[in-house]
Amino acid sequence: MKRSTAVFLQGLVIENPLAIIMIGLCSALAVTTSVANGIGMSLAMTFVIVASEFIISLFRKLIPESVRIPIFIIIIAAFTTMVDLVMKAYFPDLSQAMGVFIPLIVVNCIIMGRVEAFASKETVPHAVLDALGMGLGYTWVLVGMSVVRELLGNGTILGIQILPESFQPILFFVLPPGGFLVFSLFISLNLFLKKKWLESPLGCPDPEGGN
Amino acid sequence: MPIALKIFLSALLINNIILMRFIGLCPYIGMSTDVKQSIGMGFAVTFVMVLASTATWTLYNLVLYPLGLEFLQILVFILIIASLVQLVEFYLKKAAPALYMSMGIYLPLITTNCAILAVTFDNISYGHSFFQSIVYSVGVALGFMLAMVLLAGLRTRVRTSAIPAFLRGNPILFVLSSLVAVSFMGFAGLIK
Repeated sequence: MKRSTAVFLQGLVIENPLAIIMIGLCSALAVTTSVANGIGMSLAMTFVIVASEFIISLFRKLIPESVRIPIFIIIIAAFTTMVDLVMKAYFPDLSQAMGVFIPLIVVNCIIMGRVEAFASKETVPHAVLDALGMGLGYTWVLVGMSVVRELLGNGTILGIQILPESFQPILFFVLPPGGFLVFSLFISLNLFLKKKWLESPLGCPDPEGGN
Repeated sequence: MPIALKIFLSALLINNIILMRFIGLCPYIGMSTDVKQSIGMGFAVTFVMVLASTATWTLYNLVLYPLGLEFLQILVFILIIASLVQLVEFYLKKAAPALYMSMGIYLPLITTNCAILAVTFDNISYGHSFFQSIVYSVGVALGFMLAMVLLAGLRTRVRTSAIPAFLRGNPILFVLSSLVAVSFMGFAGLIK
């Protein structure tokens, strides 16, 4: 398999940021009470990670080693501020629903982790692919969780009634404890997928060589 | 009930930052392997949270707001917290080596702890006064410590229990958290 494909694919399952590395969990559990929030958060997060990895990879030779962390933080914070202001201006309802979690993207460990471990050492195309892979890995878990939670907790998907009216919504799933429970099942599912993936012909050696 | 007590109890129990709001989950999962470590982390968080709240509240209300620079909030707050933590680390290393040894290892981790940043944002968006923001940050930090200690205690029990194979490892931690969160929902009627 070509390295660029491997870089892109590893974020989906094998190194899924949420279910395997278990970082950046806060937003994932908090906003998945409805599908619209899940999609909105995923888009915001994917934009910030792609933009940050792109910029940092582009300037990786100019950023001095000793002050790299503050520089990374400023770059990430700048993109987060953009997303925050755009959402406030064009999607005020969504922004209201997600509250503090949009500004909190700035301290989302997924971004900091990938920027530090990957983008600061790799070429621009690889960094962007890695960011897209991580963003997608984040997105499928988030959208999956929000579908389960909204469907069972409210009987709807994207606000459209799916289950028959006679279905009594299980409020538990949209409350915080439900978030923890659904997430635990998604980790379990992802571990299962990872096992299958590594056994299948697709299973590729880690592109970074180690592990 | 005095308003400060209401803010404190709400931050500590009803809106527990980890179990009810899912903020600060990384250290909650990563650092709760034993009770002693959780308490150490809890105190370090309390210290930084109060410090960060005072600094950011002052700066926002005396500088950013009067000058109309509110849109710089994210950038300014994260820089303040990062530099504050760094300063505290230097100071502790020099002035209180014993304390540094017990607390120092947690400090760098706290910079990227979303709980700290979230509390500073909350103070602004809830419109807390200076005193209220201190009470609020103490309440949140103790709630953080409480949740961590609870999970750490449960983890030592789970280590020797028979767990279904598909939940072994990380998934069981979230099932435990879910159960603790259910019990915390019982606090919801505490404040009228």
